[in-house]
Amino acid sequence: MAKAKNNTLKLKFDSARNYAPAPESKSVAKINPRYDLFINGKFEKPLSKKYFATINPATEEKLSEVADANAADVDKAVKAARNAYDKTWKKMPAKERAKYIFRIARIMQERAREFAVIETLDGGKPIRESRDFDVPTAANHFFYYAGWADKLEYAFPNRKAQPLGVAGQIIPWNFPLLMAAWKIAPALATGNTVVLKPAETTPLTALKLAEIIQEADLPPGVVNIITGAGATGAAMVNHPDINKIAFTGSTNVGKIIQKAIAGTGKRATLELGGKAANIIFDDAPLDQAVEGVINGIFFNQGHVCCAGSRLYVQESVAKEVIRKIKDRLETLIVGDPLDKNTDIGAINSKEQLNIINRYLKIGVAEGAEMYQGSGSIPSKGFFCKPTIFTNVAQSNRIAQEEIFGPVLTIQTFRTDDEVIEKANNTPYGLSAGVWTDKGSKIFNLTTKLRAGVIWANTYNQFDPTSPFGGYKESGYGREGGLHGLYPYVRLV
Amino acid sequence: MAEKTIVIPSFSLPARIDQVGIEERAARFTKRSIKNETKLNGLLLTLNMIDLTTLEGKDTVGKVKQLCYKAVHLHDEYPGLPTVAAVCVYPSMVATAKKALGDSGVNVASVATAFPSGQAPRNVKISDVKYAVQQGADEIDMVISRGKFLEGEYNYVFDEIAAVKEACGEARLKVILETGELVTYDKVRRASDIAMYAGADFIKTSTGKISPAATMPVTLVMLEAIRDFYYKTGKMIGMKPAGGISKSKLALHYLVMLNETLGEEWMNNHWFRFGASSLANDVLMQLMKARTGVYQGKDYFSID
Repeated sequence: MAKAKNNTLKLKFDSARNYAPAPESKSVAKINPRYDLFINGKFEKPLSKKYFATINPATEEKLSEVADANAADVDKAVKAARNAYDKTWKKMPAKERAKYIFRIARIMQERAREFAVIETLDGGKPIRESRDFDVPTAANHFFYYAGWADKLEYAFPNRKAQPLGVAGQIIPWNFPLLMAAWKIAPALATGNTVVLKPAETTPLTALKLAEIIQEADLPPGVVNIITGAGATGAAMVNHPDINKIAFTGSTNVGKIIQKAIAGTGKRATLELGGKAANIIFDDAPLDQAVEGVINGIFFNQGHVCCAGSRLYVQESVAKEVIRKIKDRLETLIVGDPLDKNTDIGAINSKEQLNIINRYLKIGVAEGAEMYQGSGSIPSKGFFCKPTIFTNVAQSNRIAQEEIFGPVLTIQTFRTDDEVIEKANNTPYGLSAGVWTDKGSKIFNLTTKLRAGVIWANTYNQFDPTSPFGGYKESGYGREGGLHGLYPYVRLV
Repeated sequence: MAEKTIVIPSFSLPARIDQVGIEERAARFTKRSIKNETKLNGLLLTLNMIDLTTLEGKDTVGKVKQLCYKAVHLHDEYPGLPTVAAVCVYPSMVATAKKALGDSGVNVASVATAFPSGQAPRNVKISDVKYAVQQGADEIDMVISRGKFLEGEYNYVFDEIAAVKEACGEARLKVILETGELVTYDKVRRASDIAMYAGADFIKTSTGKISPAATMPVTLVMLEAIRDFYYKTGKMIGMKPAGGISKSKLALHYLVMLNETLGEEWMNNHWFRFGASSLANDVLMQLMKARTGVYQGKDYFSID
């Protein structure tokens, strides 16, 4: 009998996907059947009189219904914010402001488990991520900016930092609570008041945050949280009494916002799409690089603007790297987001799943080779198998357009200059990753890659002290760190 | 059957290991939540993978006999428990252990090659091994010459392992890298590669005499080395973390790591062992807890 050929060897991982269920209890998550708009410190019925449902994408069951704010509701929220700004917040000593922000952070920590469960129920992300990443990082952002509130004169030496007024903040559905924290914390620290709108598919943790804000006894109107879809967002963007727009979301909507506010004097920060290059050189620690690639593209089902969706591997190690990625796909558990062993949860919405599936078809039609692991996905709910494409061309749409799902394209390269050129050959410029054992190569690449965040020998690391933001069509302005204060102040 | 020709690579350029990355990955395995039947199976498998060990200067014939009895009768109050994989002793105790274990199916493993320091000339090490094998050892746990390895004398280390392998005859060879003395993950990886290409049947982290002994990241480095070696040569190599694994929960973390790195073909005691002396009782305590719903005091489990 001939011995099995080398290239037919395959490790077997069926048992690694079949752990006994370990679901997180839902009992801590108190979700009301209906939520109104949080305006002026109270939950108020919408003037629109309309509500819409928010569902659990893993089961398609309705969780609650939330108010659909119209232009009149937006106006009411902005008036409340303006009033709070003029009468209370801008006059309050900075160290008092800081106390409120600290209080929000601490209550969030105390209720961390509840927030994690609701984030997972409403958004579909695995409980391991909402528990270990989203909620603690959100609380950390409040802690961090609470510290800055009374130290702005050190942040901006010899200048005086004045607040802008009312900030209109529109956040996406991929990290609902964390994005709310990214937006609210620096705005409050610098003395602005806020009208925040969470995405229509994931409003619940923002509304729970409203409960925290009540509990923390923030002066009424300092933070207003209103729910709704695109029309609500448009009403915010076009409201004449908003001084600043902070938006995280798609590049298309970002462009619309930019047109709408042109000539109005409104300030803006836009954090938009991305199509990040993750680059593996042949001298890289390959197993760790593969883990970074997996984390880079499959974290949060790939619903990450800085996801490392384009992998470039140096050709001499390409075969080995692809084999390792394929093996790793075998041990990714796709399923019930509430199960503590789930690695990849539910796609956030049916619409998004359709978009992803359309791109899978496009990729196959373009001639790329699609590969998925042998694990199964639940029959109910919105799920997508983690997918890689090999034999991809730079001109393929799957390599150019943001898919916002668990889909990785793999290309090979020969020289450093070639990969720099290819990595920069995209309308986006949010993030990039470099994997090599050679320090000089890292510095060469980080100076030449046109991306706001570049990780070396790691990926998707976030910290409140570190600024985040993009180049080109990935937007402008920075969030996080000292830099995250600038967009909310006028320096005189 | 045509054997694949194994090309021995240059050991001066081993695969690189990133410290932060490997530690993060190892920590990730500890996030798996192991419950119910998975936990029960894991605990039973853990018992079955243990190399019950006594390696003291003060070991006596009586103590080794007791240990051998325990190896076969872990806790008779719980019927149907597996035996451990092997009893691990010094060469002078091999005959005693062999006799005590009889036809129980439990192997006798013997440390050799001037364990634990390895500070002896090669001929002394070889005769140490030959003595243990002749006394009836089924498995030999050798130590590498860390001094030579750290000096960069990789060929010396390679040749020594190959010579010991030859002296082992039918006995399976476990090569102890003593990772606590190698310090960096890069060196652990290099030593793993040398041991496997030189003929190791198993690679093992530690003697248990040096701190740190086995850790999850170090074990992961070695598992990944085994995986790469398997893809290059088609040859399976066993893994034995030893020292410092005394709690069931940690043992389950190791099994998760094994399961998700090398897959189910390694999930048995032919390919994976725990070198441990106190782990068995903690596993037994967990098993009894699962059966009765309450924890029993440690005095309800025999200490051997």
